[in-house]
Amino acid sequence: MDVQQAIRAVERVSEKPTIPEIRPGDTVRVHYRFTEEKAGEEEKTEKVQVFEGVVIKIRGTGAGKTFTVRRIGAHNIGIERIFPLYSPNIEKIEIVRRAKVRRSKLYYLRGLSGKAARLKEKRE
Amino acid sequence: MKGIIGRKLGMTRIFTESGEVVPVTVIQAGPCFVTQVKTEEKDGYKAIQLGFEEVKPKSLTRPELMRLKKNHLPPLRYLKEIRVDNPEDYQVGQKITVSIFEVGEKVDVTGWTKGRGFAGVVKRWGFGGGPRTHGQSDRTRAPGSIGAGTDPGRVIKGLRMAGRMGNERRTVQNLEVVFVDPQRNLLAVKGAVPGAKNSLVIVKQARKTEEKRKKYG
Repeated sequence: MDVQQAIRAVERVSEKPTIPEIRPGDTVRVHYRFTEEKAGEEEKTEKVQVFEGVVIKIRGTGAGKTFTVRRIGAHNIGIERIFPLYSPNIEKIEIVRRAKVRRSKLYYLRGLSGKAARLKEKRE
Repeated sequence: MKGIIGRKLGMTRIFTESGEVVPVTVIQAGPCFVTQVKTEEKDGYKAIQLGFEEVKPKSLTRPELMRLKKNHLPPLRYLKEIRVDNPEDYQVGQKITVSIFEVGEKVDVTGWTKGRGFAGVVKRWGFGGGPRTHGQSDRTRAPGSIGAGTDPGRVIKGLRMAGRMGNERRTVQNLEVVFVDPQRNLLAVKGAVPGAKNSLVIVKQARKTEEKRKKYG
């Protein structure tokens, strides 16, 4: 049997609930589940957080595939978060907007801010 | 005691339900055939000989081939012995698949490490090497002093020096089985396994399990 096929069989990625096909330049809302441990409290609460921003990078294959979302936080500070695409902690990925971009890694956005960091919307 | 022979296919990762990432090694294991049963009375020790991977008949020498043919076995590339406590439970010709293992079980995995050729002391023994700056030349990966002077007048035995590294038989103990697929003859264990991709590995039931350690101390 093909080695890649065998490894894919172990990863069981295709059995995961459907994840929309995201591309660099997409503005997405990632619903990410995490457990919160408060100091002094025994209980752990499960919460879902939404992280909205532009996908600037998609890397890897199979179960190791990740994507990076960049958003501008308070005081104009850029925040980038890397999510494993097939993590069961990702509840949902919503695509807000798709933009026309000409490269696969949008690192150039890091050097831009404000109006210059806008992306042209993709016309279907 | 049970075991199987396989090939290391490569590594990947899987997610647990809680979202934790587990690094795993994928092994294509078996199907193996029992090619010989060794008993205390006959051979002085208890073991089974397993054969793995069918080959074209012309790849084997005639004695190898005829020996397998006698027991109605296909031509097999690898024959390896595994010590067992209960050789009488096995029969020559018996097929062994990954279904002997189940998810959650602990196994020991034996492989042959990647050959690194003639390696220096920094790679082979983890020496720190010498300083790179302050006017040093040719000292970056040098071993330093290898002993005293006229007394003792020789280098002590067993001193760690440069030499051949790797391509040794090594066993990693107590790896957890995280995936078993008897249809595709696939097995995945948590963590890394010695050897390069496509190299031969032997997967055996763990020798030193947690329960045993508690029992015998």
